[in-house]
Amino acid sequence: MINRRFDRRTFLKGSGAGLIGLSTGILGAVPARAEGLTIGILYVGPRDDFGWNQAHAVAAAALKEVPGVTVVEEENVPETIAVAQSIESMISLDGAKLIFATSFGYYNPFVLDMAKKFPDVQFRHAAPLWTDKDPTNAGSYFGQLDQAHYVDGIAAGLSTKSNKLGFVAAKPIGTVLRNINSFALGVKKVNPAATVQVIFTGEWSMPVREAEAANALIDAGCDVLTCHVDGPKVVIETAEGRGVKSCGHNASQAPLAPKGFITGAEYKWETIYKDYAAKLGKGEALPNFIGGGFDLDFVQNTPYGAGATPEAIAAADAARADVKAGKPIFVGPIKKQDGSVLVAEGASLDNYAPELNATDYLIEGVVGSIT
Amino acid sequence: MADTTVPAPSFALGETIDRIRRSSEYVVIPLLALVVSAALFSLFLLALGKDPVTFFSLVWKGGFGTGFSWQNTLVRSSPLILAALCVAIPARLGMVVIGGEGALVLGGFAAAVVAIPMVSWSPTFFTLTVMALVSMLVGGLWIGFVGYLRHYRGINETISSLLLSYIAISILNFFVEGALRDPSDPNKPSTMPIGPENMIGPIPGTSVHWGLVAGTIAAVAMWVLMNRTTFGFAARITGGNVRAAMAQGLPVGKLILVSTALAGAFAGLAGFYEVAAIHGKANASLIAGYGFTGILVSFLARHNPIAIVPVAIFLGGIEAAGGLVQRRLELPDATVLVLQGLMFVVLLVSETLYGRFKIFKAKGA
Amino acid sequence: MEDVGLSTVLLAMLAGAIRVSTPFLFVALGECLTEKSGRINLGLEGTLVFGAMAAYAISFETGSPWLGVLVAGFAGMAFGAMHGAICRLKGVNDIAIGIAMMLFGTGLAFFFGKAYIQPVAPRLPSVELGFWTDNPHLAKALEVNPLFLIGIALAVAMWWAFKNTRIGLVVRTTGDSAPAALALGINVDLVRFLATSAGGFLAGVGGAFLSLYYPGSWTEGLSSGQGLMAVALVIFARWNPLACFGAALLFGAAGALGPALQSVGITRGYHFFNAAPYAMTLVIMILSISPKRSLKGAPGELSITK
Repeated sequence: MINRRFDRRTFLKGSGAGLIGLSTGILGAVPARAEGLTIGILYVGPRDDFGWNQAHAVAAAALKEVPGVTVVEEENVPETIAVAQSIESMISLDGAKLIFATSFGYYNPFVLDMAKKFPDVQFRHAAPLWTDKDPTNAGSYFGQLDQAHYVDGIAAGLSTKSNKLGFVAAKPIGTVLRNINSFALGVKKVNPAATVQVIFTGEWSMPVREAEAANALIDAGCDVLTCHVDGPKVVIETAEGRGVKSCGHNASQAPLAPKGFITGAEYKWETIYKDYAAKLGKGEALPNFIGGGFDLDFVQNTPYGAGATPEAIAAADAARADVKAGKPIFVGPIKKQDGSVLVAEGASLDNYAPELNATDYLIEGVVGSIT
Repeated sequence: MADTTVPAPSFALGETIDRIRRSSEYVVIPLLALVVSAALFSLFLLALGKDPVTFFSLVWKGGFGTGFSWQNTLVRSSPLILAALCVAIPARLGMVVIGGEGALVLGGFAAAVVAIPMVSWSPTFFTLTVMALVSMLVGGLWIGFVGYLRHYRGINETISSLLLSYIAISILNFFVEGALRDPSDPNKPSTMPIGPENMIGPIPGTSVHWGLVAGTIAAVAMWVLMNRTTFGFAARITGGNVRAAMAQGLPVGKLILVSTALAGAFAGLAGFYEVAAIHGKANASLIAGYGFTGILVSFLARHNPIAIVPVAIFLGGIEAAGGLVQRRLELPDATVLVLQGLMFVVLLVSETLYGRFKIFKAKGA
Repeated sequence: MEDVGLSTVLLAMLAGAIRVSTPFLFVALGECLTEKSGRINLGLEGTLVFGAMAAYAISFETGSPWLGVLVAGFAGMAFGAMHGAICRLKGVNDIAIGIAMMLFGTGLAFFFGKAYIQPVAPRLPSVELGFWTDNPHLAKALEVNPLFLIGIALAVAMWWAFKNTRIGLVVRTTGDSAPAALALGINVDLVRFLATSAGGFLAGVGGAFLSLYYPGSWTEGLSSGQGLMAVALVIFARWNPLACFGAALLFGAAGALGPALQSVGITRGYHFFNAAPYAMTLVIMILSISPKRSLKGAPGELSITK
């Protein structure tokens, strides 16, 4: 991958706008006018799942506001050949010229294949996977949610009495592991004695096992829970029912836990889709790669709930301001679970360091195995 | 069997007409059922304030109305043919195997695993042959084990095949997220790729992969096996009455083992095409539910291997059309699920009509 | 493994058995009744999902979770009645109809359930059976839902009724041999229709437990095949209602194993721990069934055992 850090800093100096396109020199050309443009959006699950897909669908509604733009949407598209077929169907039957693919597993091979097959159609995929080796009519957009999980961790680390925190995770993929690590770094920063215990359910959505995992973590002594699963409702409600505190994920779960909710990590897709809509309205090209965190208003924390103490709120607010200002989350010394050094003493990793996109480890202080 | 006797020339015409008469029953009744289910579903649509005419014309357009739609339909039906054979063959012996998903997943996984060390040295043709054979072997052993448990341990094949498919999925997940994971793909746990040179291209001029052809050939072969050989004859006797078959000295155990192994081999082969023609590696995308849809296809085809092909295409068409319907009418995907459920119930109910209409009866019969 | 870990895991399995078993128990009992009458209804997965949706929706709209349970039961009964009425037709395969109805029920549940994914509905209360202990985890594990207790009572009642009552005899005779039942003047179609309807009612109630108690939420991914698995458990339990209860408990306990082991730090291979219920059921079947008595207790008319 290209060194985004360099791009970002030089770019930010020159422009207050915030949105960053990777300057590859060959920005893909989107049709000059929005007039008559048809946009196709694919979702991996139902559009009203109170989770990942709903967050996209609600935010993507901004695209429908652009005059002359038609949006066609298809939900429950599994990560199989169905992706390619649905995209091609949107192109050949609906005349779509811009495709948004919102699930991780859509990218390789399906989005890449379709981008090669239809060079005059633009593709944007919701994960930080596009590189300059990929077709120039493809691209990525993504929010770095781990920044918000880090702030969650700060608040959570100050909320535990048992010094054990629980994390219910779906699958050990890069994004999930990075969120766990950042949460743990937040916890350790304010409470070095605390550990974060992870349970993987193995599925993006399996409510009964998520509830079992939440109960098991509480039985093991965890008194603050958070999660990264498609629908966090069950985990948050189980925590509340057992009288422990919780941090949310993906959307606001504050109403589900009136006593113990601390805060949560949420994407703010609307920033991205609104910017896309504005660019389309003006007939500008869409950038190939945009990604950001608090700095670009791509992620946010849920407003504090009753579980957040004044001390936790103050520390979390300060941490968020720091991250927004570019202070790194990964400050050495950090070791991986196997004892190898990830970040040496005195060194740090930028919050947008490309190697973090390929996280395939958990850090020391996290209990639980990837396999 | 009566069909094989050569009739005297003077009766040939009458016999042909009778044959058409009898087989037209298998066209008219399903069509009638489709019309009835469409009418019922139209009421549902009207209650939602949607126009049924628009709906069904979109279903036609999305599934069969354009050249692209046909390709879309055929692509989606390819894995269903092979998965349905996994149900249909044991069904002839009176067994209800519902765990083809497990054989498909493990067959695809095994195909990818065996290909990875071959990538650097083996010619494409050899790699693909080995992959296909290994997928069939693994799938065959997996469902063959179900047959073994049934005959030698007395364990119901429905429950054992279902349990085994959950176990197969956990095996796949364990390895692709663990020891066999490609480190360069952190966001979609997968095995190493089999390499673009080892991928099966589409049928020239289309986007349909060769799994469709393989499935059709397999279906025809299985029809011949079940209807034109002593093996098939013995299998059908066993399916009719196991005790009678045993009393006649038929090798029931062998029949069960061979049939279940064949069934699993086809499901495994479906997994091979998923890996070699679509994904280029094994990952959780293999768990797409084809094995379960195959159960429905086989039952709708009344376990007739040849009928499986059009039924699978029909199902593929509905799925292909589902996307267009969602997009144009802004209906949730669940609408298509309701349509499918209703359509299949009515189609299955219509089976009671067979043999009830005089017009379809052969005069001489 | 240290002692603390072992007791944690065992406690978690006990708690898991109590928490997770109820939907399995209800669907299995319903299917047991249906199969005893000589039909198999594979569509109970769809019934369960629809029941879960209906219960949640009614509880949200009326504020009464118990009314939700009741409506879920009657909705399930309607699906069961549809299956029962269709399968009396000549030439119609009950297994195939069940699979089609699984799609139909699931589709209707997803369609009408859209509006209820986000709201929070009143849940079913629990009964504290752990009042005598000072161990908070054990007390929590013994917090049970009344439906669990009703399910146990129902299993015992069904077991007793099959043996000792006239209705039980009628159902068993119908399932074992339709000609014999006819000779006794039993209306075979009616008995099967009623048995399938009642089975659907129980499956609907099982769904209500999922959405209104544990995990206590309505989403489209709520059932991970519990309905289908419960049908298989009936065969595992050899058509004995008491054994259905045992199978449901065992399955629930094994399901708790994966998360529980991870919580005490045994984390490698969690995919296999999560598959434990399935593997364990298979192993028990292999070890316990001999070819000769495998079909003992199986209704003779059942298409799956013929």
